[in-house]
Amino acid sequence: MRYNEKELQALSRQPAEMAAELGMRGPKKGSVAKRRLVKLVVNFLFYFRPDEAEPLGALLLERCRVAQEEPGGFSISFVEDLSRKYHFECCSQEQCQEWMEALRRASYEYMRRSLIFYRNEIRKMTGKDPLEQFGISEEARFQLSSLPTDGRTACIGSQLDVLD
Amino acid sequence: MKLNERSLAFYATCDAPVDNAGFLHKRGGRGASSHRRWFVLRGNMLFYFEAEASREPLGVILLEGCTVELVDVREEFAFAVHFAGGRSRPYVLAADSQAALEGWVKALSRASFHYLRLVVRELEQQLAAMREGSPANALPANPSPVSNPRPKENGRAVWSALPEQPTVAPQRPPLPPRRRASASNGPLASFAQLHEQYGLEVRALRSQWRGGHTGLAGLEVSWHPSGSGGTHTRDQP
Repeated sequence: MRYNEKELQALSRQPAEMAAELGMRGPKKGSVAKRRLVKLVVNFLFYFRPDEAEPLGALLLERCRVAQEEPGGFSISFVEDLSRKYHFECCSQEQCQEWMEALRRASYEYMRRSLIFYRNEIRKMTGKDPLEQFGISEEARFQLSSLPTDGRTACIGSQLDVLD
Repeated sequence: MKLNERSLAFYATCDAPVDNAGFLHKRGGRGASSHRRWFVLRGNMLFYFEAEASREPLGVILLEGCTVELVDVREEFAFAVHFAGGRSRPYVLAADSQAALEGWVKALSRASFHYLRLVVRELEQQLAAMREGSPANALPANPSPVSNPRPKENGRAVWSALPEQPTVAPQRPPLPPRRRASASNGPLASFAQLHEQYGLEVRALRSQWRGGHTGLAGLEVSWHPSGSGGTHTRDQP
C-alpha cells in the first residue's frame, strides 16, 4: 500500500503525548524483545531505535485492543486478528497503566465518540448544541450516525460505551 | 518505515460509517495522467482504491497537517492537498461536480486529529465548567474572545469560551484534558514546545472569533510554520 512516508516521518517528530524507552517485541513467533523509543503522536505509535532520529515503524492505532499482559507489560493487537500481538515491557506497573490508558484513548474513533458524548451531555444540560457556535453542528463526522453500530470497532476496553 | 498495513487495510474497508467517499481523479507522478479512483475518508486517513468494490486500498494519504486549497488548473472541480515541510508536491485531485468538490474540501479540511482534539477539549472544558458553575451561565449566546488566557498548573495557557464571572470566586480550573506532556519521559516535548503549540491554537481561535468567523475550518493552517499563500476555502454562510 502506498502512503506519504515523508508526512508520517514529519509526524513522528511532532510533540508526543507520551514517549518512553520500552522493551518491544513484534507479533512474529520467536521475536525477541528489543529496547525501543516508543512515541505516541495523535493516533500513531512510532518506534525508534533509541539513538536514531528516523522511526523504524509506526502503528496506526485504530481498531486496536490494548491489554495487560504480565505485570508491567501490555500488548497491542488489532481487531482483524487479535492473536497477533505487539508486546511492550515497562519499567513499572504504574508506567504500564499510564501507557495503556493513553493508548486506549489515542484513536480517532475514540476521540469522535468523546466528542459525541460531550456534545450530548451539554445538550442535555443546556438544551443547546455546543457545536453551533463553531458552525459545525451539521458536520457528518460528528453525528451519532457516524458511529459504528457494533460499538466495538473503536478500541476495545474504552470507557465511553454508554451513549443515549 | 514499517507500517501495520494489514490493519490499515481493514480499517479502510470495515463497515463503520465513512466520513466521505466517492470517485476522484488523481494525478500520478509528475506529468503522469490522472486516474479515476475510489476514495474513502476515515478519520485523518484518506484511502484510495482501484474500484469501489476493491478489497484492498492502493494507497493512503495521511492528512495530519495538511491544508486543502482550490486549484485553477486544466481540470475542473480540482483541489490540492498540501503539506508544509516534507513533501514538495501536493496531491491534486478532481471531483466530478461542484457539489462533490465542496463536500470533499470541507471534509478534508476538518479531517485532522488535531482539529478533532481541539473541539473535544473545548467541549470537555465547557462541560467541566458547567458542572462546577451554574448551567445558565455556561454557554454564551455569542462567543466572545477572552482577553487574557488563564494559565494552568503546568504552564499551558487555557482559553475558555465562558465570560468572566466577577461575582464568583475564581475556581480551580478543570483538570487538563487527558493529553499528557511527555516532559516526564524525556525532552521530546518541552514546555516551550507545548506552550508554542497551544499558543498557536489560542491565537488561531482568537483570530477566528475576532474576525467573526464561526467556523474552525481554517484552524488547521495554524499547524504550519508558513502560510501557503493560496486561497483557503471557508464555510458557506
